[in-house]
Amino acid sequence: MTASVELRGVSMDFDKYRAVDNVDVKIEPGEFFSFLGPSGCGKTTILRMVSGFIEPTGGEVLIAGQNMKGIGPNKRPTAMIFQNLALFPLMPVWENIAFGLEVRGVDKATRRAKAEELLDLVELEGVADRFPSQLSGGQRQRVAIARALAVEPKLMLLDEPLSALDLKLRQHMRAELRAIQKRTNVTFIYITHDQGEALAMSDRVAVMSRGKIQQIDVPQKIYNTPANGFVASFVGENNKFTGQLSSIAKGQAKFKSGVGEFAVTLGEGVTKESKFRLYVRPEHVHFVDKPKAGTNAVPVTIEDVSFEGNFATVHARDKMGHKLSAEVRNDPTHPPPQPGSSTNITFEQSKALVLLDSEAVAYAEKEE
Amino acid sequence: MGELLRRYGTGLTTLAVSLTAFWLLALVILPYIGLFEQSFRPYIPVADLGGPKDFYSINNYLAVINNPADINLAGLVVRIPIHLWVFFITIFYSCVVTLFSLMICYPLAYYLSKVISPRSLPSYLLLLVIPMWVSELLRSFSWFILLAYKGPLSLILMDLGIISSPIHWTWGLGGYSGIIIGLAYSYILFMLFPLFNAMSSLDTNQIEASEDLGAKWWQTHWRVIVPHSKPGIASGCVTVFMLSVGSILVPTLLASPASRWFTEIIQQWMFEGQDWNTGAAYAFLLLVVCTIFVTLMMRLFKVGLADIAK
Repeated sequence: MTASVELRGVSMDFDKYRAVDNVDVKIEPGEFFSFLGPSGCGKTTILRMVSGFIEPTGGEVLIAGQNMKGIGPNKRPTAMIFQNLALFPLMPVWENIAFGLEVRGVDKATRRAKAEELLDLVELEGVADRFPSQLSGGQRQRVAIARALAVEPKLMLLDEPLSALDLKLRQHMRAELRAIQKRTNVTFIYITHDQGEALAMSDRVAVMSRGKIQQIDVPQKIYNTPANGFVASFVGENNKFTGQLSSIAKGQAKFKSGVGEFAVTLGEGVTKESKFRLYVRPEHVHFVDKPKAGTNAVPVTIEDVSFEGNFATVHARDKMGHKLSAEVRNDPTHPPPQPGSSTNITFEQSKALVLLDSEAVAYAEKEE
Repeated sequence: MGELLRRYGTGLTTLAVSLTAFWLLALVILPYIGLFEQSFRPYIPVADLGGPKDFYSINNYLAVINNPADINLAGLVVRIPIHLWVFFITIFYSCVVTLFSLMICYPLAYYLSKVISPRSLPSYLLLLVIPMWVSELLRSFSWFILLAYKGPLSLILMDLGIISSPIHWTWGLGGYSGIIIGLAYSYILFMLFPLFNAMSSLDTNQIEASEDLGAKWWQTHWRVIVPHSKPGIASGCVTVFMLSVGSILVPTLLASPASRWFTEIIQQWMFEGQDWNTGAAYAFLLLVVCTIFVTLMMRLFKVGLADIAK
């Protein structure tokens, strides 16, 4: 009922454009695996290569250890959920769900029973004879899931299926999808540009940019120890500093920038000569009026505070004029600093990461 | 109307509306009413018009069941009025033309709308449309020459050694092969474009979803593409059928000794017999029966009028 997926050196060229560049990844049976990246990073192309709609121009795709070369989408043990769902509008819900069984020659009574059973599974009852156009967005979503599950796939491929839903429903469907995946133990490959979705649902996440995988890891590691500047800026927010490194030892160093010298932690592969920046997440930034000597501190002027409920985002500027931001948990007894006031921001050495800026960063920042 | 007045003023609106009304009334509706009235009156010398012999009857319509003849239907001899027989055969072969066009256009429309890249589409469409810029008469004459007994087709095939003696290309299929080829060629775009439009509006993801769920190519066509394209198929079929039934040029030019088309009989009544009354009756008969036939077919395939208008 479940299968591993392995991409070995997979590349895809469209004319002169390389959409996927030498990707290696092994997805374990029963895993919920996400490809996360901006639009045009090649994640959808990977999904289409796994489903069989396109053949890679280089490398190989293995499902359950079997090379899929030359095997069409209708013969692969996969089921895809499309971004626009692609329900068949001229068929009632139950025929939609049972379509995969119909084309396999299953008789009508069995099909109907199976459709009802799957409608139960996705918690959608009494709509079997309605048409997709008569359902709400969330209901259609469930029908699409049921239709994909009907063929008992070993592998489910989901192409941003939640992007058309409103926020509340999206969050609800996240939990739902995760629950269905656990119940059925089918391997899920999920494509998204929404970091929240990827982090919340996945066992592991692959962050992609420009056809290359930047990092594959569990969500916590993706967020807390990003492999490079691209991952750090694409997943979550960051304050960035430019500067030089000195006294490098055991993964730690001094970082000298225009606004001060900081004790920092080095990311993978960072040397004095490489292209790098210092990244500090807003939630790791604190305000201290009189910082102790030897701590990482930057004198700033507060520009404005936007209150978001459970936290407030404080925008500040250092003496060089760079914008910095900090997230402060809501606490009426310790309000955030007032706009216009002067104070210092501080951050711990373990939260100050110097990361390599690959060409992907320059590309992504140009996109912003 | 109020919107028209507000936009274009009284003068221009009156002109536009009265010209349209003139065209509809004087050039379309009145002639039809005239012919319809005539079709119930006898064909008599001018001197007798208004006299005791000039009265309304359905005799002109009944003329179609005069003159029974023996028709050999695959070994079975049936006695049937000759005009009625031609009438049936016209409808039958028009159906054949329609099916033939559909068989050619369905794959072509699918190829144009779903297979080739949108960038090369204009060139393909141009290639299809340019031959239609040549007049129908010239195109039919070209087929007449091509399919002639000792014409280019026969000669080339003989040179290639595929056939040993020339072939009467227009004599096949009961003497209607030339007519079928000519009509299908003349009206093929009326089939292609509705099909193409219908298929273009189909979301390609639906085809992929069907494949992904395990459907073989013909199952995807049967369950997803054909149902979606049904309004286009219906629209194309009705148009090609009606045009074929009403065609006079092609059935005359690409005829064989055995072929007759109902429009030829109408023409004979009107121009050779000078009997416009019976000719008009035959023409209305053709119109009414074809309309009923098309309506029945649409019922059979569960297509509504609104689908066709799409």
